[in-house]
Amino acid sequence: MSEPKPLSLHVPQPAVRPGDKPDFSGVHIPRAGTVPRPPVDVAPEEIRDLAYTIIRVLNRDGEAVGPWAGTLSDADALQGLRDMMKVRVFDARMLMAQRQGKTSFYMQCLGEEAIACAFQKALSPGDMNFPTYRQQGLLVAGGYPLVEMMNQIFSNDADPLHGRQLPVMYSARSHGFFSISGNLGTQYVQAVGWAMASAIKGDTKIAAGWIGDGSTAESDFHAALVFASTYKAPVVLNIVNNQWAISTFQGIARGGAGTFAARGHGFGIPALRVDGNDYLAVHAVARWAAERARRNLGPTLVEYVTYRVAAHSTSDDPSAYRPKAESDAWPLGDPVERLKNYLIGRGVWSEDRHAQYNAEVEAEVLAAQREAERHGTLHSGGKPSVRDMFEGVYREMPPHLVRQRRQAGV
Amino acid sequence: MTMIEAIRDAMTVAMTRDANVVVFGEDVGYFGGVFRCTQGLQQKFGAARCFDTPINESGIVGTAIGMAAYGLRPCVEIQFADYVYPAYDQIVSEAARLRYRSNGDFTAPLTIRMPTGGGIFGGQTHSQSPEALFTHVAGLKTVVPSNPHDAKGLLIAAIEDDDPVIFLEPKRLYNGPFDGHHDRPVTPWSKHALGEVPEGHFTVPLGRAVVRRPGAAVTVLAYGTMVHVAIAAAEATGVDAEVIDLRTLLPLDLETIQASVARTGRCIVVHEATLTSGFGAELVALVQEACFYSLEAPIGRVAGWDTPYPHAQEWDYFPGPKRVGEALLEAMAG
Repeated sequence: MSEPKPLSLHVPQPAVRPGDKPDFSGVHIPRAGTVPRPPVDVAPEEIRDLAYTIIRVLNRDGEAVGPWAGTLSDADALQGLRDMMKVRVFDARMLMAQRQGKTSFYMQCLGEEAIACAFQKALSPGDMNFPTYRQQGLLVAGGYPLVEMMNQIFSNDADPLHGRQLPVMYSARSHGFFSISGNLGTQYVQAVGWAMASAIKGDTKIAAGWIGDGSTAESDFHAALVFASTYKAPVVLNIVNNQWAISTFQGIARGGAGTFAARGHGFGIPALRVDGNDYLAVHAVARWAAERARRNLGPTLVEYVTYRVAAHSTSDDPSAYRPKAESDAWPLGDPVERLKNYLIGRGVWSEDRHAQYNAEVEAEVLAAQREAERHGTLHSGGKPSVRDMFEGVYREMPPHLVRQRRQAGV
Repeated sequence: MTMIEAIRDAMTVAMTRDANVVVFGEDVGYFGGVFRCTQGLQQKFGAARCFDTPINESGIVGTAIGMAAYGLRPCVEIQFADYVYPAYDQIVSEAARLRYRSNGDFTAPLTIRMPTGGGIFGGQTHSQSPEALFTHVAGLKTVVPSNPHDAKGLLIAAIEDDDPVIFLEPKRLYNGPFDGHHDRPVTPWSKHALGEVPEGHFTVPLGRAVVRRPGAAVTVLAYGTMVHVAIAAAEATGVDAEVIDLRTLLPLDLETIQASVARTGRCIVVHEATLTSGFGAELVALVQEACFYSLEAPIGRVAGWDTPYPHAQEWDYFPGPKRVGEALLEAMAG
């Protein structure tokens, strides 16, 4: 053997950067309907290939095909379309509100609506999501009032969180939505703990953890997997792979692993990869994973393959690090368009009804915004009280905080 | 130049002079960091010396310790100080103690940069000031610049230092000398004397404070954003306050503090971090020990309230010029 050459550091780079032609040739997409659907009690080692493919139901012609099809009635699918449209309109209005200075910050989920909206429909009352900041669809699809979301976003005097938290970091126990901290990955392992508690108590509730592709690099992701694996916790561990972690492409977090789903293999956790822009596929896989958890068969790791069409947040400018037209080139299409075409094909929807519903939902969101704005926005109108700033640090206010509140003169 | 440009300039100088200096963190490579402090460094020095990392703060600091022990001088970025906690074990149990426990067999000369403080409506996850969590740990040095000139000189000194340095960058100062008057237009650094930053290599030595505003009536100990707030408060109240910019919290320049308090006989301490067990408590104890017989009034403290950093009530939380002014008047009355 020859002498080894000097070492060099491998730093992964995305295929393209601003000015380049978008290139998703590395995303291998199987035809819809071709991936088998195993029974929920399948042994993890028998479905290792499901971590390397993409489960898809909706084909190019807008038909639902294959063994993962058929989990939703037309009425349920229609509701799914309405939910996604509502999320999209809501996001657009809140983005505009941020631009108008009515809030400090906003985060859209444009292009990813199917994931949270369809997943929520696979849960039962009493189940708990531990979401990231891009799962507003869980609340919308779960029927949480839009005006309450806006009150939180505007930090106004009706904000259920009293102005304490950054906009979009909702908390809604009644709707199975755990308080979002804003730190990355920290809550994935808490979802496992919640699920373990349900098992300890002999309940029937399950939990769902949420994380982004970038945050799977956090140590808490790995902690979650090992605890879920060891105790067979009744939890669905969701990874939303939207390709970009602010400016960092998914290859940095994925490293040498073939896919994010494949991370489950070392832990013996069944791992599936699904088309995140296919509402029907997301729902079918979510239901499969939720059923496994409910039947005490343990955790499932699910990777949703999607694309973050919008900026990371209102503080971000993606044109500095990725081609402008990249989202148009994304090969899995738009989740709203795809479900719309399916429902039109089923004869239960039409372009006219779509346009009409869009107008209705715009009116609904606008009405909610008017109501929320009556309670104030970040810099005008009603505000949470300064006195309240000192509340809720402890159950009972300790003497030093009582002193400080007096000092503050409130 | 702005503080962002000064910090970038410091890393450019350090990387140019020493091939062992490497820079990495979340979004710092191609994009150049969410605050753009590392913009252009990857293009200039290559991806092996400035690169994006996985989102894992423990991993960022842990690998930096390994590299530092090997002989490199990593200067890593934690995107917000609020995100540093997953790395805390690596910082406290590893970086801080490596020299001591190996009796110098291995050392960890690394710099950990992180934006700190509030004032940008960042809520509880983008506003914290965790300096006391680092000053409490034996083996770490902790630096907080208040202006572009010092930021460059201190950062070069930190990178060249043979011990681990925590380098806290008050993010509200990145683009101008913010004095707490959030309702007034922002002054850019280009209109401030300390926005004048020398070209090339220079250092501001670690462990030296500076009198930022001379005065005879009361000494104000401050660092970072609060230096500007304290000066504004002194001007608004007319109190002849001497404002000391500590610049480095550890090692601390006790001599400068002592000389000032011995003259003024009065002292207040201000920081944005929460009050209880904050760095102010250490300062008050030191001043009391060193200057007890010069003191004519109790030493006052102005700090963030002992609550998480709120979003909507940001300006009620932030210890602005009004509260600092009241403390000045109280110190004078005492």
